[in-house]
Amino acid sequence: MTDATSQSGPVLAADGTPLKKSLARALRLQKTRALMLIAPLLVFVMVSFIFPIAKMLFKSVENEIVVETLPLTVAELQNWNAESGALPDEALYAAFVADMVVAIDAKRHTRLGTRLNYEHTGMSSLFRKSGRKIKKLDPAADGPFKEKLIDIDKKWGDVTTWAVIKTHSVKITNGYFLNAIDMQRTPEGAQAQPEDKRILIKLFQRTLFMSLMITVSCILLGYPVAWLLANLPARTANILMILVLLPFWTSLLVRTSAWKVMLQQQGVINEVLVWIGLVADDARLVMINNQFGTIVAMTHILLPFMILPMYSVMQTIQPTYLRAAKSMGATNWTAFWRVYFPLSVPGIGAGSILVFILAIGYYITPEIVGGTKGVFISNRIAYHISSSLNWGLAAALGTILLGVVLLLYWCYDKIVGIDNVKLG
Amino acid sequence: MADSASNDAFVEFDRVQKSYDGETLVVKDLNLSLPRGEFLTMLGPSGSGKTTCLMMLAGFETATHGDIRLGGTSINNIPPHKRGIGMVFQNYALFPHMTIAENLSFPLEVRKMGKSVREEKIKRALDMVEMGAFGGRRPAQLSGGQQQRIALARALVFEPELVLMDEPLGALDKQLREKMQFEITNLAHNLGITTVYVTHDQTEALTMSDRVAVFDDGRIQQLDPPDTLYENPQNSFVAQFIGENNTLEGVVKEINNGIAIVELDDGELIDCKPVHESVKPGARTRVSIRPERVEYNKDRIQEGAHTLKAEVKEFIYMGDIFRTRLSVAGNDEFVIKTRNAPDVERLTPGQQIEIGWLPDDCRALDA
Repeated sequence: MTDATSQSGPVLAADGTPLKKSLARALRLQKTRALMLIAPLLVFVMVSFIFPIAKMLFKSVENEIVVETLPLTVAELQNWNAESGALPDEALYAAFVADMVVAIDAKRHTRLGTRLNYEHTGMSSLFRKSGRKIKKLDPAADGPFKEKLIDIDKKWGDVTTWAVIKTHSVKITNGYFLNAIDMQRTPEGAQAQPEDKRILIKLFQRTLFMSLMITVSCILLGYPVAWLLANLPARTANILMILVLLPFWTSLLVRTSAWKVMLQQQGVINEVLVWIGLVADDARLVMINNQFGTIVAMTHILLPFMILPMYSVMQTIQPTYLRAAKSMGATNWTAFWRVYFPLSVPGIGAGSILVFILAIGYYITPEIVGGTKGVFISNRIAYHISSSLNWGLAAALGTILLGVVLLLYWCYDKIVGIDNVKLG
Repeated sequence: MADSASNDAFVEFDRVQKSYDGETLVVKDLNLSLPRGEFLTMLGPSGSGKTTCLMMLAGFETATHGDIRLGGTSINNIPPHKRGIGMVFQNYALFPHMTIAENLSFPLEVRKMGKSVREEKIKRALDMVEMGAFGGRRPAQLSGGQQQRIALARALVFEPELVLMDEPLGALDKQLREKMQFEITNLAHNLGITTVYVTHDQTEALTMSDRVAVFDDGRIQQLDPPDTLYENPQNSFVAQFIGENNTLEGVVKEINNGIAIVELDDGELIDCKPVHESVKPGARTRVSIRPERVEYNKDRIQEGAHTLKAEVKEFIYMGDIFRTRLSVAGNDEFVIKTRNAPDVERLTPGQQIEIGWLPDDCRALDA
């Protein structure tokens, strides 16, 4: 026992300062240097990755536009009960006109119309048309407004219009999320969308199903290749490795377009099949613009992501394991199935997670070869981001997608164990 | 050595050759037969062909030419899993994804044994290597020595008649290695199994084996019990490879009554025992003398010993022995070992002494 350990109280360094403090001082320089080294990347990631994602996630629930544009109206709507079936009273109409005149000055009313149009068709044109006429009204002198507004557009005399505004006047809404799972926010609470508008759940299911199919095909096609890579002599293995990596050096668009050339009805495969006589000229196979085309093209594109982790795990499996199994009386198949395969599972796991997560968010390939039946949820998100400009819904869809991936990752951890995932 | 016709031969190599590239032979004309219950060690430097021989016997390599027989039948065309040979690998090759009990159960399961039989055999095998309490552990949770025992138990659990071991103690530290050498030998003898053991460690070979086959250049240089091998090496390779050895080079002058007179390169004449067939008058030869057979204390030099002058170069105190490096007949690397006893003089470098050895301990081998 040394003096330092037998003493009670904090251990002291040679100069009498507590050892912990002394150690911290000694390490501070190292820590600062390490922090300085990662600082540029950290800042870059924060600015270009973490912050936009957080902002986007917030967009899926953020709904301040109604309250900000119509503050007085929203306050008045609290006194009105939509279920009564009666129109609101004059006070509400007066508040609405006062809000609108301010909003029109600031040119904010059309944006509000667009926002409400996501929930109820016709709102956009209602706000735009009425805006022009409300502009001429003087909120102080021209009252009462109830009749005048109903004259401008008879939708202002419709209970539904006011119900929609009231329903979506909350600052933080679950409306986008309900829309994302084919439901809607109504005065009566969350309800299912009409039958003909329900597409998103189906699209989620399809995305999951197709990603799974792609992952499975990648496992089936990649496993033998990875095995060869790990077991061939180095020279041959290197050539094979170049072939595996070749797709990485070719543009994604080129490869996807190549599949278009291969798979279309006047494409290479169909022409050959017709020429051989296997397929009649008028019954050419439909292999593109559907799920089949997407699965084929994406399997090809994602295959290296499956092969490489498998390969690096298989490389670590010593050949003596198989020899040992055989010396104990196992046939080639038993030795493979009972010994080699279980040892290669971590590679399959790593490859599968990689391919599945890449596939579930894939956008370009399904967009080009997917047609209408083979597109993913990501294509829908892209549509809402760039065409319909319903960013709230896009953010909600994205958040759900992120949630699903994390959930699957968690399940995988519970079942297989993330410790069993190895990249080599 | 080549008594391939003997009836009690259990394992037999008959004129076996092996080539990997079709140009050079890794194993050249190997003839070897061992009776049931023998512990045979294949000893040799790396690249001498010993591991290839073991792999051919196990069935992982095929012989390019010749016949390998097990119990009288040729096994050239029998795949490894049907040979029923137990094997212990250098890195143990315990399956990391299975527990110890599952590892041991594997050879029994592929033989379609029932659960109760399996459990009984596993228990017996684990008790045999004193690892009975470890059945539920994984290989990674065991120390090197424990893994070694399990690998041994796994090779023995299906009761093979022949067990092959490929440098199984290579990864252990010295103390553990010595303990395991003793345990493996005991186990093999108690169970009466035939063992072929490959190593490049000559101490291991000498302490464990009934017979040792010294490999070099794809051939067996000598196949003998350890004591014969050490005391009567048949050629200079074996003399050099087994134990420590001093060599003096010279030319054979004449051979009389089983004694060769050799003129060393510095003109000194010494009496030797001619051993190698190439030792004939006029031929160059290498004379081999074991360090512990050389004496320098006048009282201890026996009658009839050949004496020679020497200069002390270095004297190392090693506890149980003294190790002295001398300059003898132009060779500065001549080493002698003397047991530490009260009456033994401790030498100092530069000292001139007289050394002596019996002609029988001085063996004339091939040049």
